[in-house]
Amino acid sequence: MIPAPFEYERATSVAHALELMAQGGEDARLLAGGHSLLPLMRLRLARPTLLVDIGGLDDLKYVSGNGDAIEIGALTTHHEIADSHELGEACPLLTTTAAQIGDPQVRHRGTIGGSVAHADPASDLPTALLAMDAEFVIEAVGGSRSVAAADFFEGPFMSALGDGEILTSIRVPVSGASGVYRKFNRRAQDWAIVGVAALIGTDGGAISSAAIGLTNMGGTPLRAEAVEASLVGVSGADEVAAAAAQVADIGMPPGDEQASAEYRLHLASVLIRRAVGDVLT
Amino acid sequence: MATAERYVGGGVLRKEDPTLLTGQGSFVESITLPGMVHVAFARSPYGAARINGIDTGAAANAPGVLAVFTGEDLAGEWAAALPMAWPVTEDIRIPDHWPVARDAVRYVGDAVAVVVAETREQAIDAVDLVDVDYEVLPAVVDIESARADGAARVHEQFDSNDCYTWTHTNGDVDAAFAKADVVIKEHYTQPRLIPNAIEPRAVVVQPTPAAGDFTVWSTTQIPHIAKVLFALTAGIPEAKLRVIAPDVGGGFGSKLNIYAEDVTCLVLARRLGVPTRWVAGRSEGYVATIHGRDQIQEIELAADSAGKILGYRASILANMGAYLQLITPGTPLLGGFLFCGSYGGEAYHFECTGVFTNTTPTDAYRGAGRPEATYAIERAIDALGRAVGVDPVEIRRRNFLPKGEMVESPCGLAFDTTDYETNLDHAVDLLGYEALRAEQAERRARGATRQLGIGFSTYVEMCGLAPSQVLGSLNYGAGGWDAATVRILPTGQAEVVTGSSPHGQGHVTSWSQIAADALGVSFEDVIVLHGDTQVAPHGMNTYGSRSLAVAGVAVHNACGHVVEKARRLAAHSLEVAPEDLEFEGGTFTVKGVPERQTSIQEVAYAAWTAHSLPEGEEPGLTAHHVFDPPNFTFPFGTHVCVTEIDMETGQVEIARYLAVDDCGNVVNPQIVDGQVHGGVAQGIAAALYEEARYAEDGTLETSSMLNYLVPSAAEMPVFELDRTVTPSNSNPMGVKGIGEAGTIASAPAVINSVVDGLSHLGVTEMTMPATPERVWQTIQNAKGGAA
Repeated sequence: MIPAPFEYERATSVAHALELMAQGGEDARLLAGGHSLLPLMRLRLARPTLLVDIGGLDDLKYVSGNGDAIEIGALTTHHEIADSHELGEACPLLTTTAAQIGDPQVRHRGTIGGSVAHADPASDLPTALLAMDAEFVIEAVGGSRSVAAADFFEGPFMSALGDGEILTSIRVPVSGASGVYRKFNRRAQDWAIVGVAALIGTDGGAISSAAIGLTNMGGTPLRAEAVEASLVGVSGADEVAAAAAQVADIGMPPGDEQASAEYRLHLASVLIRRAVGDVLT
Repeated sequence: MATAERYVGGGVLRKEDPTLLTGQGSFVESITLPGMVHVAFARSPYGAARINGIDTGAAANAPGVLAVFTGEDLAGEWAAALPMAWPVTEDIRIPDHWPVARDAVRYVGDAVAVVVAETREQAIDAVDLVDVDYEVLPAVVDIESARADGAARVHEQFDSNDCYTWTHTNGDVDAAFAKADVVIKEHYTQPRLIPNAIEPRAVVVQPTPAAGDFTVWSTTQIPHIAKVLFALTAGIPEAKLRVIAPDVGGGFGSKLNIYAEDVTCLVLARRLGVPTRWVAGRSEGYVATIHGRDQIQEIELAADSAGKILGYRASILANMGAYLQLITPGTPLLGGFLFCGSYGGEAYHFECTGVFTNTTPTDAYRGAGRPEATYAIERAIDALGRAVGVDPVEIRRRNFLPKGEMVESPCGLAFDTTDYETNLDHAVDLLGYEALRAEQAERRARGATRQLGIGFSTYVEMCGLAPSQVLGSLNYGAGGWDAATVRILPTGQAEVVTGSSPHGQGHVTSWSQIAADALGVSFEDVIVLHGDTQVAPHGMNTYGSRSLAVAGVAVHNACGHVVEKARRLAAHSLEVAPEDLEFEGGTFTVKGVPERQTSIQEVAYAAWTAHSLPEGEEPGLTAHHVFDPPNFTFPFGTHVCVTEIDMETGQVEIARYLAVDDCGNVVNPQIVDGQVHGGVAQGIAAALYEEARYAEDGTLETSSMLNYLVPSAAEMPVFELDRTVTPSNSNPMGVKGIGEAGTIASAPAVINSVVDGLSHLGVTEMTMPATPERVWQTIQNAKGGAA
């Protein structure tokens, strides 16, 4: 399919992009890697009147750390994240999640900022970032602000990002915990039917801290808080399984052509058990 | 054979690939003509609606738009409605099918108006502005609701949605069932599938208004058949039409048709006097290109207590969609002789009822009727094995038709050559069947998360369409022959003109191998021309795994005629009798006098100059041959699928896939392997992934690759392939078709494997596609509890 007509501008800086977005009004959209927006435009499900291309803003493409936290530029691609030695050491959950997105072409074009800003509940990175208690740095004409991942996602394709704002970087605390992302889908390159991000700290063979993020189990990425609470102090497989079953505490997930709500909930509990098992073994 | 086989049977690399892989192919979409205009179609968003009016004003005023036409505007352009070439019964109901709808739309995607613009983008933008006043009507999308009392009728001109009922009986079926110890009755469904050729459909038409002639470039498998039917539909003298199928990126049957867009571009080129072009988008193709399968099946087997089958009854309901495309009604009947598969028995009954629904028309999709039939019998024979307590391998062995030639099948046809047990034995050996069963038992004993399933499919199929007389007896609208012209050019290369129309099959390579061996010239010195009705005027084209077994054999035979003539000319120049010459490696040698010889190239030059020809010989070294085979070919084989089933998630992974096919003599092993790879992949796709779904109102829910799950290479196992060789007697080369066998064989192997993997829980049923949730739910039900 061919998109509906639109105007196109290439931003030369964040400030320029903010200016163009302000001029473009509510039907202006930012274009980063294009892997979420362009398919929607080709199906004419999205019809922006102006595309502001920020793909050339190389200063938004970086990974830098200070020991306690790592900051990732919004235009860093999934491939660059998956391939980053520094991130692999500091935030293994992020690299292993990025490596499971789409296919190599998608990972070389898609960006972390684009994935977060798009707020698709079936996307992988937002779940991992939620489990890691990431913060999102947002620029606007009037200045910048920072929003915690827990407050950022408001619904399917809806976020705290306002009109004319640009997500410029993501800050991830370095926890030292082990990270596993388990994704269930039917084809290798598909979105997750269910995804589970597990950030597990251990102490002497027992779980000392647990953060469990869920992909596509609701309108936003979710935390399985009851599971997290039940996992702390646990070391045996049966206890892990019992804790994983607590995922039902989130309520009924959506049912769709890919999976009924009941099946989705079951898959989440299996994936949590397997993800935590991966850490413990 | 007179000459050594240097190329046939060898692993020759495909001649087509350097061009295709370096982007130098010539596809319809890349054809640009001066003054060309672009066509886009406004399509119905409703499954059923009356058209109360169409306002084309806004579209006509949109930038770049040259004209907008409704169905009524174009009504005077047609000499006939879109053709349907297979009226399977006397009383079949054939609805009028106009390329652009007039008073009503009957499926989502039905064309209602045509926009002509300076660019494709402008045409597509303007389609959004075509304002149609629809009165939405109730739709019926599935077979059962279309046949329910009081169902909405797809065509008001008929009093029900039934299109036809076709029956075929061989032997005394009731007697066979009356004496049976065991009768099993199985119900299966064949999901609707959407063909996904990598190249979407496209058409370009160039008119020459002063001459009244037209050149049509189309993404078609059937340029010659299309020429005839374009002429009849548009009312253009056939002699004024040239149809070209340039490089075509796959078809799988979806380009074996006469489509509204092609004939509309043709009549628009006539009306406007300028070249016209239409290129489908992928999602547009999902609604506007034929679909495949979509059947409800019931199969009964009557057997003795040892599981030896006495009789068969198969009864199917086939979803036609909203209209009858080229061979819509006949497609399910291509399976009508195969519900007894490779097995024996005394009697056979088959009946099929076609049913109209408010959906995209169905038609031939890789295998066309035969995958459906094979699925039913291969699932049913496993069920029979369970009923009599016999292993899947043994129940097949007990029922195989005997080894032989012209073996009578219960369906009433004589199969060319059979040797099923040798083939099965070989597959079982390669598989290591005993060890797999032991591993399966071990996993069951320890309650492993991943359980093992082993599924067999010992298929036979009928292809190489085929004897014209037999096709005629089935009311099929075309012949089953194909043609070849072979000439040796004055400078020594061999030019092969074929009536087949390759779209990925590698005919240029295989025909080169055949001609190079038969003529004794090098592989590189053979060129193959095809797909242009002006270059290759005779052909019946490429579908039904017919190309090698019919058109390839025509090449072989035409080469034989060339050699015969060359022998006479060589004898004349060497001043000996033709029978005194030996022909080998392209050289005629006087027997016993090796220094007296002449090459076929020298003969060709002499035939061109014609300075000294024998009495009565025409100049030139060329021969034309039309081959009309005496029978179909019946390739067969054993496919085995080993699955690993995740008992917690229901996900099925294919751990091993073994295919031992028998397609007779092999011309190019690599191409045969490629056909099996692709064919099996499509069968696995049907078994585990793909399913077109309609909402009750007629909306195609699986409208893109996002939710119509075409699997990728990542989902495919490593294919373990081998062959047995039982040459066909349907043609002098001993070859059988292999283009569809993989698809025909594979889906039941996969589903039998899933059922086998869960059989320790008492599972006997599984519906395609075996999605993770469906498998998980089956496991839950078998365990007698909910999640």
